[in-house]
Amino acid sequence: MTDNESEFDAYLSLADVTEDDHRWAFGTGFADPLAGLDEAVPDGVDPADLTATCLALGDDALIYSHRLQQWVTRAPELEEETALANIALDLLGQARLLLTRAAQAEGNSRDEDQLAFFRDEREFRNVRLVERADADFAELVARLLVFSAWRLAVMRGLTQDRDPVLAAIAAKAVTELTYHRDYAAAWVIRLGDGTDYSHAKAQSALDTLWPLAAELGLAGEADAYLAGVFAEATLRRPDAPPLAPVAGKTGRDGSHTEAMGYILAELQSVARANPEATW
Amino acid sequence: MTENREARAEWPLFEVFLRGKRGLNHVHVGSLHAADPEMALRHARDLYTRRNEAVSIWVVPADAITASSPDEKDPFFAPAGDKVYRHPTFYEIPEDVPHI
Repeated sequence: MTDNESEFDAYLSLADVTEDDHRWAFGTGFADPLAGLDEAVPDGVDPADLTATCLALGDDALIYSHRLQQWVTRAPELEEETALANIALDLLGQARLLLTRAAQAEGNSRDEDQLAFFRDEREFRNVRLVERADADFAELVARLLVFSAWRLAVMRGLTQDRDPVLAAIAAKAVTELTYHRDYAAAWVIRLGDGTDYSHAKAQSALDTLWPLAAELGLAGEADAYLAGVFAEATLRRPDAPPLAPVAGKTGRDGSHTEAMGYILAELQSVARANPEATW
Repeated sequence: MTENREARAEWPLFEVFLRGKRGLNHVHVGSLHAADPEMALRHARDLYTRRNEAVSIWVVPADAITASSPDEKDPFFAPAGDKVYRHPTFYEIPEDVPHI
């Protein structure tokens, strides 16, 4: 048998069928990205730094996921709507893992739900870019492009983090964000290099969101990727000045745009009305 | 897809085929609308592989498929209905040959 095993490679792929696995056609092989990892914060990692990093990236994902979810039932095509819902769900998954890690790092006095639903606006650490409501589809894909290109570079760096849990969360996020970025890039190129009308819409979208992008500190890999997409899309990189901080504070310091209060009202109202509910 | 650059009310239709991790061939799973084959591939990923169903996707323009007609059902398929000897059921299967 062993001599012939290579002949049966195609069949060996069937080998992980188990007795109780009747529904394999609906998908199998799901993996827990944190399987086998110790939750304790390792020596040499500052719990306050780890909490801050996880809160900032977790809040970015939570608030942006909420904004993307608002496109469901409003997207121009059914297929795009599913794509956007998938992306929103990926980000919600990242938010859950990151907020859970933030709660562990700060000492387990709160959990992911308490961080998501029972903090007030000034305690949120997300960048202001994710708060904006998209005016149209061009703004949606332009913002998704900038956000995912930046977040992908950040997460790629974090795969080497000294905290193994954060490194594992980042490794999972990298594959998801690569897809989000490529999805958005395909649309930005399609619109930018499309008709006069779609080009104008795409350029206007970039110009509108560019002051908010400054807070990300675009550099290196993300910046180079965006430059490539803008060139292919025949779009001009905006040179608009950054959105000014308020009293020296930006989103990362808890100072948010007017939109944030409305987002939190919608996001948190159910959990606050029924604080002990489980489902 | 074609040289025709005129705006259309609706994107063209594509048929989607998936090969699952445990499947040996691609299987038709449904159809979708997309502006071109690259977009169709992305849409197929988003619509048909959300539950980890696939390791490979094919998309084919629906108008590239030539299908048999229901009107020809009898001349096409009825002749095979009484030829049981075409099934390999008249052989003994050796015990030491797996996966048959």
